[in-house]
Amino acid sequence: MDLRYTEEELAFREEVRAFIRENLPRDIRERMRLGYPPRKQDTIAWQRILNARGWAAYSWPKEWGGPGWNSVQKMIFLEENLSAPAPEILSFNVTMLGPVLIQFGTEAQKRRYLPAAANLDEWWCQGFSEPGAGSDLASLKTRAVKEGDHYIVNGQKIWTSTAHNADWCFCLVRTNPQAAKKQEGISFLLIDMKTPGVEVRPIISIDGSHHLNEVFFTDVKVPAENLVGEENRGWSVAKFLLGNERTGIARLGKSKERVRFAKEVAREVRMNGKPLIEDRGFRTRVAQLEVDMKALEITQMRVVSAYDKTKDGRPDPLSSVLKIKGTELLQGTSELVMDVGGPQAMPAWTQELAQLTNEPALLPEWAPQMAPAYLMLRAASIYGGTNEIQKNILNKAVLGL
Amino acid sequence: MDFDLTDDQRLLGDSVARLLADEYAFDQRKKLLAAAPGWSEALWARYAELGLLGLPIPEEFGGFGGGAVDVLLLQQAFGRHLVLEPFLATVVLGATAIREAGDTALQEEILPAIAAGECKLAFAHYERQSRYDITDVLTTATPRNGGWVLEGGKSVVLHGDCADRLVVSARTGGSREEAEGISLFLVEGEAEGLLRRGYALRDGTRAAELSLSGVAARLIGPQDQALPVIERVVEAGIAATSGEVIGAMEAMQAMTLDYLKTRQQFGRPIGDNQALQHRAAEMLVAMEQGRSMAMLAAMSLSETDPAERARSISMAKVGVGQAGRFVSQNAVQLHGGIGMTDEYAVGHYFRRVMVIEHMFGDTAWHLDRLADQVA
Repeated sequence: MDLRYTEEELAFREEVRAFIRENLPRDIRERMRLGYPPRKQDTIAWQRILNARGWAAYSWPKEWGGPGWNSVQKMIFLEENLSAPAPEILSFNVTMLGPVLIQFGTEAQKRRYLPAAANLDEWWCQGFSEPGAGSDLASLKTRAVKEGDHYIVNGQKIWTSTAHNADWCFCLVRTNPQAAKKQEGISFLLIDMKTPGVEVRPIISIDGSHHLNEVFFTDVKVPAENLVGEENRGWSVAKFLLGNERTGIARLGKSKERVRFAKEVAREVRMNGKPLIEDRGFRTRVAQLEVDMKALEITQMRVVSAYDKTKDGRPDPLSSVLKIKGTELLQGTSELVMDVGGPQAMPAWTQELAQLTNEPALLPEWAPQMAPAYLMLRAASIYGGTNEIQKNILNKAVLGL
Repeated sequence: MDFDLTDDQRLLGDSVARLLADEYAFDQRKKLLAAAPGWSEALWARYAELGLLGLPIPEEFGGFGGGAVDVLLLQQAFGRHLVLEPFLATVVLGATAIREAGDTALQEEILPAIAAGECKLAFAHYERQSRYDITDVLTTATPRNGGWVLEGGKSVVLHGDCADRLVVSARTGGSREEAEGISLFLVEGEAEGLLRRGYALRDGTRAAELSLSGVAARLIGPQDQALPVIERVVEAGIAATSGEVIGAMEAMQAMTLDYLKTRQQFGRPIGDNQALQHRAAEMLVAMEQGRSMAMLAAMSLSETDPAERARSISMAKVGVGQAGRFVSQNAVQLHGGIGMTDEYAVGHYFRRVMVIEHMFGDTAWHLDRLADQVA
């Protein structure tokens, strides 16, 4: 047993760090450092830079343009990318659609979609949740009826992140409402967002941003060749996809980066006549977060290093521990950052607004994104399987309750 | 990065598990607790036969030259069964002090005897006023006839009542809370002027209050400069007891799951209730985070930078302490009334974890030390 990274792993980390340092555009890094979410063009630009280096499709096999890394390398890469801080690789394309097509897709589908997904020439979104199908995903109702060489799709998806940016949507649809079990009548379809009958309506979230959407399908004609895997076997595709989401799920690099940022700002703001960084309560809170991050870092190493050793490649149910603790830390660090900002984190005023109106800055540059980031991250324990669902998974798969 | 155990480590784990399954059932342990000395001389001899008492002792001194991970595994097994013998006091604290401070002659004199089960040590450092502050030493040592005599007292000395010999800290210079001026001494258990009042801690393990008046002692290690050695001993103690807490949490978790699956209320197992299921899942999450921190503690003992080592050890003590408290409190809660009874095992694990949290600096003390270093 040895928790230390090997020489090779350290060299790999250095290689990744150096590449990001030299190639991440400065304006993107600066926006990310101040807590802004990446703009569409930032995500695309950075993913293309990574793809040119052969790293964007970081989890794919070499055959399909991936780097062929082991799980430890993937973890190091994701952590460096997050802590840079750089825009995250679009997970819909790389950790969801890609592995699904590689596992279940036809040759033609792989050739058609994979290179464009890696290079973010096409932006994908995930059409899973519905108004009546959240945690109970298998009760979804969006209907696809086969007519000749097409499916006709009718229904509604919700919470569809970045659907307004998306060119394509991978979608779970019901193809057999008569199936004995609701899981057995579901299929996995690829839908072009430009098809007539697809309508995207924004949902503004509590942070004031447009990230989420409703997507309506009205008599949308989808070529039958866009079915992935067998008809009515889409549930196993979805389960595979949700399992694949797990490697980077703790997003620890992000939490570490946010604590660094909080400490930076805490040197500037004051508390009881001295810099906040010298305040005992603040320091204890940081120390506690650092303890929790260290524990999660080692737990993550344990889970990730076990991935390569399990023969079936299925994720360890303990990855639910990573999801629960990882999102608690994302939320905890975002609370810390907001509390450092204090009253100046409260105005609903944005840098963009100042630029548009050519006004002088009203607030320090670190202030505007503190509250929105905190608000947005309340979703972290809801998406990707709520933390309560993760506890159900642990109960079933590990504890046998 | 590597989380595999070696074949030797697996063998060690298996043989200890078998021995303890045979010899350390809850009722057998209760009998040990009920009669002096509060632990088993016979099992102590068995541990020596199996090589457990020489596990971390270098081969040239009759040991097995094992590392911190071996001790972690052994302590985990001890924690699962709430082993009462003076392993921590002798093989972890005492032997570490002798290894770190003693010259070769002293190591040759003592370490092989420990491995053979013929010498039990205690580490007598903390005093009544010192709480967790390791520089707060008032006991004094003065030279006499080419040797030293000690005056003062030591508090909550683990297995101090049964030790054949004691490693005792005392001031040879400096004043209270000064880092310099602390030295370590070897004192015979039967030395004149040494009064030992033994008692059980809240978990049943033994400890003692010592009063020393004109006690003859042998200086071990550098005069006035023992603090780094004491830090090493405390760090080894934290790493070892972290393993014990992991074992105790595993046992509590298993017991609790068993109870949730069998205890019937409203005509069904109480484990059918999601509130209780989620609590059990939260216990699992805490236990796994704690396990990671126990690994960190063990690995960090070989870190050569003292500041880095101290930081990792404090992180581990906080992480394991919080996990242990969460798991043990909820283990009792999920058991309901039966969890409160002395006849049931869960409360005994609870008390072991409680006692360990209050050794070598508690959670708040270590968190405070980490807060000092935030930069």
